[in-house]
Amino acid sequence: MPQGSLTIKGLREEIRKDRSAIRSACRLLSERIKTVDSKVRAYAAFDDARFEAEVERLTEEKDPSVTGKPLFGVPISLKDNLCVRGWETTCASRILKGYVPPYDATVIQKLRANGAIIFGKCNMDEFAFGSSTESSCYGPTANPWDLSRVPGGSSGGSAACVAADEAIAALGSDTGGSIRQPASLCGVVGVKPTYGRVSRYGLIAFGSSLDQIGPLAKTVEDAAILTNVISGHDPKDSTSANAAVPDFTRACVPDVKGLRVGLPKEYFVAGLDREVETAVRNAAEKLASMGAVVTDISLPHTEYAVAVYYIVAVAEASSNLGRFDGVQYGYRHPANQLLDMYFETRDHGFGSEAKRRILLGTFVLSAGYYDAYYLKGQKVRTLIKRDFDHAFKQVDVILTPVSPTPAFKIGERTQDPLAMYLSDIFTIPMNLAGIPAISVPCGFSKGNLPIGVQFAAKHFDEETMFRAAYAFEQGTDFHKRKPEL
Amino acid sequence: MKMDIDRIAALARIKLKAEEKEKLAADLGNILSYVEKLSSLDTENVPPTSHVLAIENVFRKDVQTPQRIIEEVLAKAPEREGDFFKVPKVVEGS
Repeated sequence: MPQGSLTIKGLREEIRKDRSAIRSACRLLSERIKTVDSKVRAYAAFDDARFEAEVERLTEEKDPSVTGKPLFGVPISLKDNLCVRGWETTCASRILKGYVPPYDATVIQKLRANGAIIFGKCNMDEFAFGSSTESSCYGPTANPWDLSRVPGGSSGGSAACVAADEAIAALGSDTGGSIRQPASLCGVVGVKPTYGRVSRYGLIAFGSSLDQIGPLAKTVEDAAILTNVISGHDPKDSTSANAAVPDFTRACVPDVKGLRVGLPKEYFVAGLDREVETAVRNAAEKLASMGAVVTDISLPHTEYAVAVYYIVAVAEASSNLGRFDGVQYGYRHPANQLLDMYFETRDHGFGSEAKRRILLGTFVLSAGYYDAYYLKGQKVRTLIKRDFDHAFKQVDVILTPVSPTPAFKIGERTQDPLAMYLSDIFTIPMNLAGIPAISVPCGFSKGNLPIGVQFAAKHFDEETMFRAAYAFEQGTDFHKRKPEL
Repeated sequence: MKMDIDRIAALARIKLKAEEKEKLAADLGNILSYVEKLSSLDTENVPPTSHVLAIENVFRKDVQTPQRIIEEVLAKAPEREGDFFKVPKVVEGS
């Protein structure tokens, strides 16, 4: 068993040669967690006893139809908003303390059916509300590249554990950038698939017209393997699309000759960190040197995306979080009568960012304000979506920064919600339009902080997205660097 | 834009501590000022997007699928009585 960085692809090779690699890999990760996670705090919950029985069972497995599965014996970590039967699932919120789902999310069923070991639960912003993993009831996760900085969010634990070699790969969820932004800030690969590509059954809902589950991994190919496994129609999620799922690993070819790549001018504006801009423009040049045709394009309504998002996403969130009332599961604050029980439970159960979003969402949906805010937001959303429809007539893939800056300091933006919201300015538009996008490492700042580049493609055209990302990754070495911990 | 924070908190069924209110009202005011920028766009003839995919209503047959999870569901309930969730008394007019 090689020490250090383990990928899905690498571990599958080891397991094929020697079945004991399943146990060695899990032990190696477990040791790593015991050594570094007191500093990184990527995991919300981790316990060797959770996977020992699975390791035993898979090590003894004889059935070739099982041992040949794409994730046979591979441990996968999860954001704590994915329901796993029998495991406490809290969304990093006090209000869900003690909630133990009686069922597996569809993505968990798919991971299990493909031989994966459910490994541990990762920290996140409470209910995925945030871009820094600071609003968790477990306390903040640190960036493995600089422990005084945030890992991004809201899937910050998933990104940090992959970056710190405390996991092989992980699943996260992305409503406005929550997979891609932490992937960028931690120097790993993160994918938000097309809206509808992956079933959300068993994902605790935030913004239902925006949420998508996706992988965080060490390589583009590993991300493609995981996307293969979790994609597909599910009758239990009526928004999941009945679209054929191609083998995304076959799109991982180092060839971008003739690929039309668009650089939207609205993504290279004031507020974009100079070092990030240089790294992202270098990525475009790299693709051009490999034969891609890079052109400037325009997505004119980009500057309105954050405003639309903070109407639509909070409206949907306030509605989705209405179910947390202390009646059926999770936390209940003792009270003498029902109404007081609701008010007290929600006061004590939700953290301040959750309250802020619930209140804002309640306001924009309330009588007299619906047209001015929610309806207006959904109309501007149409304009943003049309920008992309128009752009994809000219180009095959759009190349942009992921985050306007490298990782910021813990505490730097917690007092200013708007500054925090603007962290997602380059990732939100893809959620509003429902298109797939990936973050891939493309450089480092002078302070040795990772920088990511984003590739976005048309609805259900993850293949072009993976092709561009893979070709770029294979032409560079950024994904091979590791943080010192 | 100023909102009546007490009214909204009541609609959202959240009791706010006095010391939270001022900060929350200021934050929400800032965010609402920021989203005001949308009003500069003419959207008179633009249809709203509620979902990005053109999925029509999805129906399924109304059939029961037998599940024996009552115990599992109730095992972690904050309070139960038999096969029911128990709640504090409902007081009229409160």
